[in-house]
Amino acid sequence: MSTSTTASAPGTLRYQLAEFWSYFSASRGALVGLIFIVTILLVALLAPWVAPHDPALQNRDAFLVPPVWHAEGTWSYLLGTDAVGRDILSRLIFGARYSLFISAMVVLLSMAVGIFLGLLAGYFRGWLETLITRTMDVVLAFPSLLLALGLVAVLSPGLTSAMIAIAVVQLPYFVRLTRAAVMSEKDREYVTASRLAGASHGRLMFNTLLPNCMAPLIVQATLSFSTAILDIAALGFLGMGVQPPTPEWGAMLANAREFMGSAYWAVTFPGLVILLTVLMINLMGDGLRDALDPKMKRS
Amino acid sequence: MALLEIAGLDVRFRTTSGLFPAVENADITIDKGEVLAIVGESGSGKSVSMLATMGLLPWTAQVSAEKMLFDGQELRELSSRQRRQIVGGEMSMIFQEPMSSLNPCFTVGTQIDEMLKQHRGGTRKERKERTLDLLAQVGIPDPRKRIDAYPHQLSGGMSQRVMIAMAISCNPRLLIADEPTTALDVTIQAQILDLLLQLQQEHDMALILITHDMGVVAETAQQVIVQYAGRQVERQEVKALFAHPRHPYTEALLSALPERAGDQDRLPTIPGVVPGQHNRPSGCLFNPRCRYATDHCREVEPRPASGDPARTLCHYPL
Amino acid sequence: MFKFVLVKLAQLIPTFIGVTIVAFAFIRLLPGDPILLMAGERGISPERYAQLEAQLGFDRSPIIQYFDFLANLVQGDLGTSLVTHAPVMEEFLSRFPATVELSAFALAFAIIIGLPAGVIAATRRGTSIDHTVMGISLTGYSMPIFWWGLLLIMFFSSTLGWTPVSGRISYLYFVDSVTGFMTIDTLLAGDWAAFLSALHYLILPAIVLGTIPMAVIARQTRSSMLEVLGEDYVRTARAKGLSNFRVIMVHTLRNALITVVTVIGLQVGVLLAGAILTETIFSWPGIGKWMIDAISRRDYPAVQGGLVLIAFIVMIVNLLVDVAYGIINPRIRY
Repeated sequence: MSTSTTASAPGTLRYQLAEFWSYFSASRGALVGLIFIVTILLVALLAPWVAPHDPALQNRDAFLVPPVWHAEGTWSYLLGTDAVGRDILSRLIFGARYSLFISAMVVLLSMAVGIFLGLLAGYFRGWLETLITRTMDVVLAFPSLLLALGLVAVLSPGLTSAMIAIAVVQLPYFVRLTRAAVMSEKDREYVTASRLAGASHGRLMFNTLLPNCMAPLIVQATLSFSTAILDIAALGFLGMGVQPPTPEWGAMLANAREFMGSAYWAVTFPGLVILLTVLMINLMGDGLRDALDPKMKRS
Repeated sequence: MALLEIAGLDVRFRTTSGLFPAVENADITIDKGEVLAIVGESGSGKSVSMLATMGLLPWTAQVSAEKMLFDGQELRELSSRQRRQIVGGEMSMIFQEPMSSLNPCFTVGTQIDEMLKQHRGGTRKERKERTLDLLAQVGIPDPRKRIDAYPHQLSGGMSQRVMIAMAISCNPRLLIADEPTTALDVTIQAQILDLLLQLQQEHDMALILITHDMGVVAETAQQVIVQYAGRQVERQEVKALFAHPRHPYTEALLSALPERAGDQDRLPTIPGVVPGQHNRPSGCLFNPRCRYATDHCREVEPRPASGDPARTLCHYPL
Repeated sequence: MFKFVLVKLAQLIPTFIGVTIVAFAFIRLLPGDPILLMAGERGISPERYAQLEAQLGFDRSPIIQYFDFLANLVQGDLGTSLVTHAPVMEEFLSRFPATVELSAFALAFAIIIGLPAGVIAATRRGTSIDHTVMGISLTGYSMPIFWWGLLLIMFFSSTLGWTPVSGRISYLYFVDSVTGFMTIDTLLAGDWAAFLSALHYLILPAIVLGTIPMAVIARQTRSSMLEVLGEDYVRTARAKGLSNFRVIMVHTLRNALITVVTVIGLQVGVLLAGAILTETIFSWPGIGKWMIDAISRRDYPAVQGGLVLIAFIVMIVNLLVDVAYGIINPRIRY
């Protein structure tokens, strides 16, 4: 659709994207975050080719080898090995697949269901709205990690249950945002016009209202993404998430914990990777918010 | 000696696209007990020069001046402590939006008391008496009750009265009123203006009134400065200005007054708006809106003629 | 005011009923036979099975079971733990003070560091101080606190030997439990050395647990301060000739605090979630560690009871935050 229009005509998709990009790229932090995330996504996708070793391969001759900058370190194991002789760098690279994949699924799942419930609540109001908002209040009454732990316990520990549990915990934020956005947009002229033109409920909700409520949802999605990475790792650390020997970052930390005194690298690097990833996503989120906010104020 | 004497005041704001001159080469002189009006449209920088005098501009502002004397003291040479003694105590200011100018978290009494405590001292009881007295002076009914009111419980007119009470609490010698009636109901505007003038006379204060309303100027001021796009285009005594405006802009402002429009069906307006940062014309800044403008006006910046007491900033004064 | 609290409490009732339904459904949602699940791999004798079924009421209809559950709950009876056979309520209450003490110190740390940092960043907007504070705050906000805890233990306990690794007080001291708060109990006993020991054990976990709230408070304080600094009444305060300190600390901060206090209140949920991780790392005998143990031991009555009680506490704290908001914001009067 943008090919047939001139590049800078206001109102076109390309113009909006260009405007968005000029705000977003004005923040150095946001750019750094974006570059980091893209890099780590590529590394995760290309893990089998990028990783120097098989993440599950146990080298009996190389237990707890320190990183390369130590005298006893070798170039073969850049960040050292863990207690059963597996290469930490390779495990971190493969671990990125789990963390990013699960978190992305969490956000998609939570966003899809949350937007649907939020649209229903904001559009139809009445008892349906009461039921949905009350249910979300109940979810919010529990500390997030505790509820996720409880759900995982019910569903039995593992990748899928961790994913579902964290998606449920994130749900209220999407529902509330969508509902609030729909309620403020619902009485605008363009919606009335669309209704008068005979649009169905479904069309009104998804084609007319939803696109105009997206900005805060996108910002919330980045926030949820970073929270999901932290929660997945926390569940893994507590032994309730992805199960060993899967190289998940949180589970790696839990395994390394008993060697804390002797092998700092086994503890330090998985956590550092979690911190950096979450930090970069949050940096990007700040940039996104700044880029999307002026638009919301202007309209 | 003049009470306030400012010469060659320049104020520039740092913005993302460079420096924006908000006030250029402003001269302001006011004597004890005098009333001076500064007139201009919004965006003409009329408040900025006064905020600069009070030291209230944000950090993005660069202020420079040849002279900035209050009662013979150079304000820029004072330490910040000394300057704070003058600000609030010797010269005080009230603003355009009375509702948002009072702190919502403190009662009216507390906010007036704070000013007294800062500049006058005295016991708590003395200050309370003084506060009640001030509230009565500015025409607030039942001061004993209102002294404990929070700002959100007051109307706009009442809030402005509180602001005035606060501003005059330490008997300042100069009161600056920045569009004090713009945000108020029309019926209240005259009351507030009358109150300001009455207090000005009772206390023998000098008053600088910033306004865009020529009608207000006619009723109140002795001296008038007309400002356009950060520059003073003309200044005269009020009678002379109304009788013989020298600058085309002043003339246009005056002809927009309903009293002067005569029997015309529609009030005359000045086409266009004050130029902003990105559309400053060359030559005279008023030339795009001036009905007398010539090519000379569009190319050469005007300078006031040396023999002109009104210091009109125009190539062809009327 | 009193009426406002009552109305708010009444509004909490549906949410609380929802919480009890979730907690009640919890055991029944377990795939398979919950009793066999609880027994785990060891298996169970038919007599013990029948006994447990009767004890948990599984032999009756779910609706009746739920109302039994509610009736017991109202009387403070949350059933008995399958592991210790002690009442769940008792178990919870005996560990609750440890969590409260830890959370209180964590929150105090978060406020003492976060609030001034936010104020300073706002008043030095755009300078390197501002960027540093915001950088640290964003890092703290992104921190996986279980790793942060391990890192601090590695550095301060293992390498430097400055702080203990786990527990609440040195084994050298024995203090009668009066309030359950180690710091208060040692002071009541007049034992200064024990008090210092308790503080010594508290400091690292409190810092770990307080890190995320600190970051959140610093960010919120900064943005609220920046918003208020642009207000007309701050200009009025300067026009009064007040000192910069008074303009910032009285006129600006007082208004900025209205939103900051709300955010501080919301940290209680964050603290309770973080307590699960922090208590696990530091072997802190509070409800977080208790819940984790209960979950891993399949002690379902304890998990159920813990869920209800913790949700109840979060709801009450949120109510108190609402009330506090009304008290510090004069524009709201009940």
